[in-house]
Amino acid sequence: MVVGKRTRLQRIGHLAAHTVLMAGALVMVMPMIWMLVTAFKPPAEIALWPPVFWPRQPTTANFTGAFQAAPFGRFFANSVAYAVVCTLSVLTTSLVAGTVFGKYRFPLRGFLFGLVLATAIVPFEAYMIPLYLQLVQVEWINTVQGIVLPYLFMAFGIFLMRQHVASAIPTELMEAARVDGAGEWWIMRRVIAPLSGNALAAVAILAFNQAWAMLIWPLLVANDQSLFNMELGLTTFQFAFSNDTGKLMAGSVVSVVPMLIVFLLMRRRIIENMALTGLKG
Amino acid sequence: MPSEATLSAGRVPAGSIGVRLRRIRYRLRIPLFCYVALLPVLLLFFYVRIIPIGFGFILSLYRWNMISPRKPFVGLANYIQLFGDENFIAALKNTTIYSFATVILTTILALPLAVFLSRQSRLSPFYQTVYFLPVITPLIPMSIAWKWIYDYNYGILNYLLSLVGLPAVPWLTDPSIALWAVILMTVWKQLGYAMVLYLVGLRNIPQEYAEAANIDGATDTQRFWRITLPLLRPILLYVLVTSSISSFNVFAQVYVMTVGSQTAPGNALRVLVYDIYTNAFQFLHMGYASAEAVMLTMIVLGLTLIQFRAVRSDTARET
Repeated sequence: MVVGKRTRLQRIGHLAAHTVLMAGALVMVMPMIWMLVTAFKPPAEIALWPPVFWPRQPTTANFTGAFQAAPFGRFFANSVAYAVVCTLSVLTTSLVAGTVFGKYRFPLRGFLFGLVLATAIVPFEAYMIPLYLQLVQVEWINTVQGIVLPYLFMAFGIFLMRQHVASAIPTELMEAARVDGAGEWWIMRRVIAPLSGNALAAVAILAFNQAWAMLIWPLLVANDQSLFNMELGLTTFQFAFSNDTGKLMAGSVVSVVPMLIVFLLMRRRIIENMALTGLKG
Repeated sequence: MPSEATLSAGRVPAGSIGVRLRRIRYRLRIPLFCYVALLPVLLLFFYVRIIPIGFGFILSLYRWNMISPRKPFVGLANYIQLFGDENFIAALKNTTIYSFATVILTTILALPLAVFLSRQSRLSPFYQTVYFLPVITPLIPMSIAWKWIYDYNYGILNYLLSLVGLPAVPWLTDPSIALWAVILMTVWKQLGYAMVLYLVGLRNIPQEYAEAANIDGATDTQRFWRITLPLLRPILLYVLVTSSISSFNVFAQVYVMTVGSQTAPGNALRVLVYDIYTNAFQFLHMGYASAEAVMLTMIVLGLTLIQFRAVRSDTARET
């Protein structure tokens, strides 16, 4: 009897827990859904009180309006371009520096790696002013290269790659390649890189996110609208049209949906990689 | 390279200068490769990290408006002035509250969530995905969405409050409330990330501990406080400190949600990075803003040192 009672209690407990979790899940997706339904409402419905959930007369006018008011296509293309360039650069620099720091001995190795690590914790916002002044001097303000420059390098990426190469790549394998006459660059490209898929993927996700999310730097460096990324484009659009909620939501939907699709397609991989990188500091 | 390999094997008699040179070249080959490979990376690293960080320290000792050729050295005057600056004090206070509140609230929610989801359940992957969704959504569009939710006149949050008979709250226009509105939004955004980290930590706890506890008749609550939590301590500590460090440079959501909203101009929620930004790029107080940026670095460094200490004493206790 006691056992039966306990399982019944447990079942009630489980049900309660699932109710709470479901409610929580609803809170998690609600802002996105609310954004989505608002984007399809005509202005009159947006200003309704009490608010209605589903649009009564769904319209795509907000989307066409938003695209007329600001070049969101351009912003989006810029964001993709910046993020891809930064990701490729971070991948290359992290692979090269990670390999060299992880598998080779040379004078100053400890010092240089320590220097890289020490700067990893300094937040970007703490040195953006001098960096800005440096770019003024070389006249890179308001240029593509000026916008991507600080995101081409990621100390944490180098750290992650070094940890991976040092622990997961067998030195004997490199020796064997060397005996067969392989050069160091060849070893890096053909031995280390193919064995580092997971680590490289983790670094890529991190670099892509970081470059995609940049706001304060393009805010300082990009003056022409044609150079804005999505985040800055949306922000300035927001200040200019802060009363036109429908268009704002439409612009936001355009920015969020591609990310959601990519995430849902590669869900497991992204979550696992982010968890691993998050714990490796 | 094959020729070098035979050389090092010593089959060619040593002596001639050419051979000796080649030998030296071989011995230097590896360090040479290292420096050649590292050179572009290090150049970039120095230009975008080391030089600006150093330059920032120097700049903080000067008074300069970026345009004027006059750039007087003022020593620590900028720092002294900072501690009498209301805006800076307010920013420091707000940022500190923001950091610790987001981290604590996130942990309080994420930890039980992770503990529950760590037991195999059919719905577990579903919950994980849904709770992780906000993490991967870009920050700016979601800040805009939350601004609409917090809207004083038409926001659904105030509508929900009105359903239970509560008065409307000026979520974003009153800076002291806006701080908590931004905290709430950030907790929503970060919760899934903390959950995933704790899940990894929980998965690494050997199953035998739980089984032993069950045999000894421990209840679920006892098991959580006596076994799970102590074993999770290192990860918990790590996540707490790193996320409070990374919270100190909060800017984007504050900028979007509270700066220059047409409903309440000038009621911006002051946080450190926003204060640095306005001092440097609106008032052109480059030296002063640099001093403020150095303060930000110092805070982050201080927190990192605390973390190192804590982790070290933690591992010391275990061994």
